[in-house]
Amino acid sequence: MIEAIGLHKHFGALHVLKGVDLRVADRELVFVIGPSGSGKSTLLRCLNRLETPDAGSIVVDGIDLMHRRTDLNAARRRIGMVFQGFNLYPHMTALGNVTLALRKVAGKGRAEAEALGLAALERVGLRDRAGHTPGQLSGGQQQRVAIARAIALEPRVMLFDEPTSALDPELVGSVLAVMRELREDGMTMVVVSHEMGFARAAADRVVFMDHGQIVEQGPPAAIFEAPQEARTQAFIGQIQRH
Amino acid sequence: MLDTFFNVEIMKAAWPILLAGLGNTLLLSVTVVPLGLLGGLMLALLARLHSPWVRWPLMAWVDFFRAFPPLVLLILLYAGLPFIGIELGGFGCVAIAFFLNTGAYYGEILRAGIDSVPTGQTEAARSTGLSASQTMAWVVLPQAVRNVLPDLMSNTLEVVKLTALGSVVAMPELLFQARQAQSLTYNPTPIVVAALVYFALLWPLVRLLSRLENRALRAG
Amino acid sequence: MTGWERFLDTFFNAKVMAKYWPDILHGMWVTIELAMLVVVTGIASGLALALLRAAGIRPLNWLMIFVVDALRALPPLVIIVLIYFGLPSAGLTPSGFVSTWAALALVLMAFSEEIFWAGITAVPRGQWEAARSTGLSYAQALFHVVLPQALRLTIPPLTSRTIAITKGTALGSVVAVSEILGQASSAVSNSYNPSPLILGAAAYLVLFIPVVVAGRWVETRFAWKK
Ligand SMILES: Nc1ncnc2c1ncn2[C@@H]1O[C@H](COP(=O)(O)OP(=O)(O)O)[C@@H](O)[C@H]1O
Ligand SMILES: [Mg+2]
Repeated sequence: MIEAIGLHKHFGALHVLKGVDLRVADRELVFVIGPSGSGKSTLLRCLNRLETPDAGSIVVDGIDLMHRRTDLNAARRRIGMVFQGFNLYPHMTALGNVTLALRKVAGKGRAEAEALGLAALERVGLRDRAGHTPGQLSGGQQQRVAIARAIALEPRVMLFDEPTSALDPELVGSVLAVMRELREDGMTMVVVSHEMGFARAAADRVVFMDHGQIVEQGPPAAIFEAPQEARTQAFIGQIQRH
Repeated sequence: MLDTFFNVEIMKAAWPILLAGLGNTLLLSVTVVPLGLLGGLMLALLARLHSPWVRWPLMAWVDFFRAFPPLVLLILLYAGLPFIGIELGGFGCVAIAFFLNTGAYYGEILRAGIDSVPTGQTEAARSTGLSASQTMAWVVLPQAVRNVLPDLMSNTLEVVKLTALGSVVAMPELLFQARQAQSLTYNPTPIVVAALVYFALLWPLVRLLSRLENRALRAG
Repeated sequence: MTGWERFLDTFFNAKVMAKYWPDILHGMWVTIELAMLVVVTGIASGLALALLRAAGIRPLNWLMIFVVDALRALPPLVIIVLIYFGLPSAGLTPSGFVSTWAALALVLMAFSEEIFWAGITAVPRGQWEAARSTGLSYAQALFHVVLPQALRLTIPPLTSRTIAITKGTALGSVVAVSEILGQASSAVSNSYNPSPLILGAAAYLVLFIPVVVAGRWVETRFAWKK
């Protein structure tokens, strides 16, 4: 489903991705962990071309994202993204957030877009909040609306960048529950997160990144219980002490 | 074209006249800016008295001058007062008109600045034994000014530009001198040069301001 | 005559006022016309420039920043005089009305471009990213997501700036525009009495006090709220 090969990315003199290869199979859930600044977000943002890598190839669902002729907007519609800070549009209602791209990118009429938008809100359990603006919603609810905004477009892949790390602990569960349901419906997902419990329960594979490289990867049990590399051991030890 | 708008001969001839005008523009500015700041500070401090007997007249005063074009105020003083035997001259009229007009603007800015300082600052200062006026002078005002510095500078830019109105009441400032030189030479070069002088004088301030404003909006 | 009566006779002379108030009224219409033209063209072109700047074409943006800076640095009266007395030497003879309109519209364009641009850049980057990640194009993200938020931020500064520049219509009197101040001034020299000036001043207040009060309302309504 995703084939990203040999990704390099610089920010000025800073070499942030140093030859990353990531393949994700259809219906697979890949977890990405690693210290802050190791390039996890940059990798994720390359996968929908919010960032353009300096070198490497990216093919998602058969579409070559690095090709000049590729319609990136059409491709992005099929690659959902959820951000750490939600990034809901504050001047629109929840339903407005969800329907904007349905109307402007997918070309749906208002009535159809609203029906689809309400269905998406239903899936995240917030149909009754359709008329609320982001300011009137809790953090957990905002993040679920953000997920609805992405899934309403029927993506083939979902990218999550630390979806729960801006949330109060008691609100994390509601967002993870929605992600778990997506997983059960067979969504292909790449998740940057340090929610170890969720990773153990739901991930097919855990990828550990450090200094712009993939250091080690494998099934959650292997990475968490028996990491091979010293850097992985140090990192796992650190987050488990919390 | 160059001969019309950048005639070197005329530039040379007009330069001393323009220089005298620039001197007056600067003199006018350094008179008017402190005057306006003083007036504004008085208004802002008056606004601290939360009595409705002060608040409403104050608001009316400020709105009056925000609605009144400064040129109209200037003409009113310059052309009106002589009818009852008061001759203030160009400089006096400009000074009074600007004191009234720009004082209202500075006052609004300083008031917003003072409002932006948390009451905890006053409470902390008073709890250490500072008097109300000491608290205002040493604790509140410095923070207030810093918080609204871009607005204060922006208004100061406007005040300096406003001095060009002096030309209408025969104050020999930069624009007036340029127009004199233009009518003597039948050539627009002096006005072009005056514009360049204004630009050279004020561009650094404009540049600085647009940086500060961008930063302020981004933070807010 | 007592001093008070003399004062009234000088500044509030009923006969003079009765004679000249139609002129002042005519001046009011000219002022309104001029002000409307300045506001509409100035703000529209300022917004257009800000959008053009958002397109990010480097050399064009440098030119734009330079022109905007120049228009902010020059006194509006200097620009009016430059157009009215300067352009005839280049073969163009704009009327006083056109000169004043062009100068003030240019100034408002410059200020509003800065304000709109600051508003656009103040919208967090995440808003762009969220919009683009759902497949919206650059233009769609700008118009549907970023601009509505930017405009809200720009309303208070834009309102006060617009009022300040619109008052500049009085500068037209310097280049023979028969707006309020122009009418009042010529009435004063014809009647040897300053009452028309008082009438003119009142006319400005009638026009601008409601605008200032409305502006105050707009500023409190839109300030500090997201
Ligand atoms: N737009 C950018 N400009 C400059 N540096 C950036 C930018 N985005 C990220 N970086 C830098 O790249 C490095 C990796 O960032 P990121 O991918 O966000 O790491 P992570 O998500 O693993 O914490 C960091 O050092 C960060 O400061
Ligand atoms: Mg990150």
